[in-house]
Parts: sequence; structure tokens; C-alpha cells
Amino acid sequence: MNLFTAINNALFIALETDPSSIVFGQDVAFGGVFRCTQNLQEEFGPDRVFNTPLNESSIAGLAIGYASMSGGTAIGEMQFADYMFPAFDQIVNEMSKFRYRSGNQWNCGGVTLRSPCGAVGHGGHYHSQSPEAFLTHCPGIVVVMPRGPKAAKGLLLSSIRSKDPVIFLEPKALYRAAVEDVPVEDYEVELGKAEVMREGSDVTVLGWGGHLRVLEQACDLSKENDGISCELIDLQTLTPWDIECVTNSVNKTGKLIVSHEAPVTSGFGAEVVATVQAECFYSLESPIQRVCGLDTPFPLVFEKYYIPDKLKNYEAIKTVVESANNNN
Amino acid sequence: MSSTSHAFDISGSYELHNFETGPPETTEVTKEELVNIFETMYTMRRMEITCDNEYKARNIRGFCHLYDGQEAVACGIQAALAPEDSWVTSYRCHVLALMRGGSVSEVIGELFGKAGGVTKGKGGSMHMYNKEHNFFGGHGIVGAQVPVGTGLAFANKYKAKPGEPMNVAIACYGDGAANQGQIWESANMANLWDLPMIYCIENNHYGMGTSIDRHSSISDYYKMGNAIPGLRIDGMNVLSVIEGMKFAKEYVGAGNGPIYVEMMTYRYHGHSMSDPGTTYRNRDEIEFTRSNRDPVEHVKSCLQEADFMSAEEIKETEKRIRKEVQKEVMKAKEWATPEYKEVATDIYAKSLTPYDGTYPPFVRMPDFAKSFTFDV
Ligand SMILES: Cc1ncc(C[n+]2csc(CCOP(=O)(O)OP(=O)(O)O)c2C)c(N)n1
Ligand SMILES: [Mg+2]
Repeated sequence: MNLFTAINNALFIALETDPSSIVFGQDVAFGGVFRCTQNLQEEFGPDRVFNTPLNESSIAGLAIGYASMSGGTAIGEMQFADYMFPAFDQIVNEMSKFRYRSGNQWNCGGVTLRSPCGAVGHGGHYHSQSPEAFLTHCPGIVVVMPRGPKAAKGLLLSSIRSKDPVIFLEPKALYRAAVEDVPVEDYEVELGKAEVMREGSDVTVLGWGGHLRVLEQACDLSKENDGISCELIDLQTLTPWDIECVTNSVNKTGKLIVSHEAPVTSGFGAEVVATVQAECFYSLESPIQRVCGLDTPFPLVFEKYYIPDKLKNYEAIKTVVESANNNN
Repeated sequence: MSSTSHAFDISGSYELHNFETGPPETTEVTKEELVNIFETMYTMRRMEITCDNEYKARNIRGFCHLYDGQEAVACGIQAALAPEDSWVTSYRCHVLALMRGGSVSEVIGELFGKAGGVTKGKGGSMHMYNKEHNFFGGHGIVGAQVPVGTGLAFANKYKAKPGEPMNVAIACYGDGAANQGQIWESANMANLWDLPMIYCIENNHYGMGTSIDRHSSISDYYKMGNAIPGLRIDGMNVLSVIEGMKFAKEYVGAGNGPIYVEMMTYRYHGHSMSDPGTTYRNRDEIEFTRSNRDPVEHVKSCLQEADFMSAEEIKETEKRIRKEVQKEVMKAKEWATPEYKEVATDIYAKSLTPYDGTYPPFVRMPDFAKSFTFDV
């Protein structure tokens, strides 16, 4: 399966196993822009899978209302992550705090909002952004970004069944590109847990989402050219994030690279770095490096400069290891 | 140029909401004006078709929304408004950029990502602007341009000389956009404060793949402002658009408050280049519109009806324009791509270049030989 069929499959299972679940958003009845919801309406009918008008804020509001009444499962789609901002008030002020401000009388844990994010090569200002850091700054919501089809299916099912509202960001560049063996049965991948994709001893390389493909290549290059052994970690869930997994790794390797596509300033990488320096200060052998998007609006013609590509990561890995060696 | 003119019947082009009288039922147009309209609209048509071809040839990438079918709307608005009036629109903005000071080469150059494009190659299809011509441009987020337009109307009112007609503002948006919450908010403000604002809904009957009966509980968009008066215009007849927009401009410019205008129009192409545009509507519908309501064909028949141009002359003109558009495209292809340092300009008032420490001085390119160091 590729990423869009894996998502489709997870949605199918969710609709099949949970009679309260509904799927809605712009054009989802026709399969959606990226085909993630194809055939769902045919299978489950227009009461459970339906189109909404072009109203992001009401898509979020609808999800919150539906989920907070008798614990229904609401799976909404924001057509692109860039369009989430019209719904931001609903997400930040309504969705995230409903449990807290009602003293746990009400909650909207049944909400999952799915949305495609990230660069695609030619998306320009409004079809390329990765808004995860805006969301992780907001206590009360869970933010998830899978790296490929197999993880995506399990993480999406966990998100849908989670007792907290989840924003599920799907790397759109991989919808068709990434193909993996995905089990057909119902399974979950635990939220809040990172996955060590490759064990290594020299440096920890941390990322999430589709960007891990780039990091895998950077790790390969470091191995081939410089014999550096990288430990590659996929964070998977950004809030709450798996601090233990990351700090264990950094305590072992003494070095860390964090890389993400979103702009560097106030990106989620900054959060990771702050925590790691507090937890692993005495194990660190060289300054932590962030390899991220530039602090610019997402540029159309300059995308290939903007992106923290494999060579930028390769260079950073080398720098971190060399600087540790020089100080020893 | 001769000053021959002709009176055209445009009765039946309008429907009114909260108005007692509407725009006139006939309009007097000179030969010069009509020829000009024809040339403009035919250039628009050719430009968009050329974009389509260049897209298919992979010279243009990414998101690209074409305007063919809707030409009479942009052309008519431009003819009725003054250059000082402010104009803001959605992502479907190529043709408006052309109306507001841009050339075909600058529009297509922008799509090619060239430094000579209307936005220095930094915006692409959905983002074209022209300060000198009061064009506040293309906006990628559906509906977001409308509160901005209301702000423009506010500024126009704020700056107006007492007792004189105000410059007006117009925001164009689609039938799909019309139910975005932020539009209702801004319409209330405009009405509360009598802003010289034209809410212009280009009703092409679809928001992406969804037809209006599936996405809107109201299909009479011109009535959508409730207390705000509205005017529905046959958006395929450029002469009706011009008279209708003159009426709208005069009404809002005189301090009566805002107006809702609904343009009944149609887009031939799919929503964007990735949409063939034939899965949610049938070919007959498109063909029917092409053969019965085409806005360019309509102007041609007006030219002939008034004896302003013969069929032969029309053909000649079309041939000339096709060549001109092609020449403009060739010109744009020659332009350079923007320099890398442009990635860091225009973010804050104070440019981040020359290099001030904010960006890594060394830029590693996918091809190492092309890597470079910033001039410090
Ligand atoms: C806030 C937001 N939501 C969704 C989109 C995706 N989108 C782009 S255009 C469009 C349809 C708009 O239809 P309409 O307003 O009728 O304008 P038209 O394309 O017909 O000119 C949609 C859903 C977007 N750009 N912004
Ligand atoms: Mg439309």
C-alpha cells in the first residue's frame, strides 16, 4: 500500500468498527483531493461520509460538537494544513481546552482532524507549510505525523480511538510515492512513542514525518563517506513526545541533530533541544545542531534552497562528529 | 478613430435585491470601445490557453487556476471602475493582473518563475499584485481577501474628501468562498459603517468539484447580504457587466454603503490544472455554454451587429493577437530566474540581505559544484 491507500484503509476500519464514527470535509465524498477517502461514501453511505461546504472553522466546530455529545467519533479533513488557520480559533480555544475548562464534564476526545502537510516541490506559499509547531504550543491536543504507510495506518487508528483530540498531519509528498507492506488487519501504533528506526553509536538524528526519508539518505551518506554510525529516531507523536527515547539515545551517542522542514525559529526542534540540554547536558560532546527550513515564507521558486535536504544534514552530522573529536 | 457608436439592448441582464431601479436597459458603445474590449478579452483567452499549453509542456508547475470563460467579468469591472479604485481577488488572478497594469509576459513570466514576472517570480500563479495600479492581488486562502477588501474600502472612505464621491473597493471571490465566515463579519462592518465596498461573487457554479446546490443553502448570492442591496448580473455579457458595475460603483461611492454583486459566469477549465473538470459536470454543459453563452463570441457578434468589424477583420485581429501572445511568452522564457538572495528579501521592512548572520553563509546545493558562499 502507499500512504493514501493506507490512510483509506484505516478510515475504512474505523468506520467499520465504530458505528458512531463519521468522516467529513471538503470533497471527501468524492475521495478528496488526495483520494484518501475514496469509496468510503459508497461503502458507508452519505450519513457517515459527507462533503461540507468550504468552511474550515465550522468543520472543526462540527467535529467538536459531535464528539462532545455522547462521545461520538468525528474524523474531519482539512484539505491542506495551510487551510487550518481559518479554523485556528476552534482548534486552539475550543477544541484543546474543552476538557480543562469544563472541569472534565465535557471533552471532545473523539475528534481527529486529518490534514496533508509539507513540501511537494512546487506547492508555493499555501500548499507546502508544516504547521506542527503552532499546534504543539497548545496544551490539550495531540499532534501526530507519520513517516510512511505502515506507521500511518496504526497511528491513525490510535488517533481516532484516542481519548484526546488529535491533529494528524500527513506528508502529502508521500501519498503516492511511499510504498510499504502494510498489514491488512486492524492494528494500532501507540501514541506518544518514538521509534528507533536505526540503531547507531556516534550521533542521534531526530526527525518526523516525510522528512525522515531525507534523514535516512543523510545517514547513509555519513556511513559511506565517513564511517559515521547514526542512530535515527522517528518521533511520530510531537505532543506528548517521547523524551525518554530521545534522551536515552543522546546519553549514548553524546550528539544530536534535529531536523524539520518547518522554519527553524520556534520550530518544534527548539523544544527538543531545550529539553535535551537540560536532561543530557553532561553527556553532550558537541553543540546540538538544528537543520531546518529557512525563516522565510515557504518560497515557490526557492524550494530547493529552503529545504533542509540530505546534504545539509550530511554536513551537520559531519560537523557535530568532528567537533566532538577535536575536543577529546 | 471614428466616433460611430451603437446602442445595445441589455435588458434582462439584471436581477435586483433591495433596489427599486437598477442599471439601464440599453447601452451606447463606441466602435473604439468595443474593439478595445474585444482585443482585451481575446488576449485574456489566448493567454489562459497558452498557460494551459505551457503547463502541459511542463514549463509551468504547481497550482495554476485559469480564468477562461469568465473574461467578461474582469474586463467589464476594469472598464467601469476608475484606476484609483482598489481591487483584490482570489487565486484565480492572472487576468486581473493583466487588467491592472501587467503584460502577458509579466503574468506568464511569473508562472515560469522568472525574475521579470509581476511578483519577481516569488509568487507564482496565485500571487500577482500591482501597487501602481491599485491591485492588491491574488490570495491563496479562500475568502481571506474579502476582509482585506473591506479594509481597503475603509481606507478609501477615511481618505475621501468630504462631499466628493469616494474611491471604491472591490473584492472578487467565488460561489464556494461566499459562505466563509470571515466574509459575513466584514460585510456587517461595511454595512454598519457605510463603506464603499463591492462584494463581487463570481458564480461559476462550482467550488472545485462541488456544485452550488451541494455547498450553499442559498443560491441567490446577490441576496446574501440580507439588508445589503444586491445586483445579479449576466456575467457572460461584458456590456451588462460594465453598466452593472458603473451602477454599483456610483451607488457605493456616493456613501450609500456596500453592495453585493453576483456575476453569473462559467469556467471552462477544471478548477486547477490537476482537475480535468469533467467528473462532476458533463461535457454537454460545457459545450452548451461554449456555443450559446461564450463571452468572447458574444462580443464578436456585437461587433458585427453594429457593423464595427467584419468577420474577416475579426479573424485578422485574432491572428495578430495570437502572434502577440506567443511573442510575449518567448520573451518571458528568455528572462533570468531570480537570484538566490531574493529568498531572504521582502520578509521584513529591513531586508535580510546582504548577509547579516541570519542565514547560513554557506549554501550547499544538491550539485556540490554549484554550492556557494554568501557575500558577507
Ligand atoms: C481556506 C481554504 N480552504 C480550502 C481551499 C482549497 N480551495 C481552493 S479553491 C477552492 C474552491 C473555491 O471555489 P469558489 O470560491 O467557487 O471559486 P472558484 O475556484 O470557482 O473561482 C478550494 C476548496 C483554500 N485555498 N483555502
Ligand atoms: Mg466557483
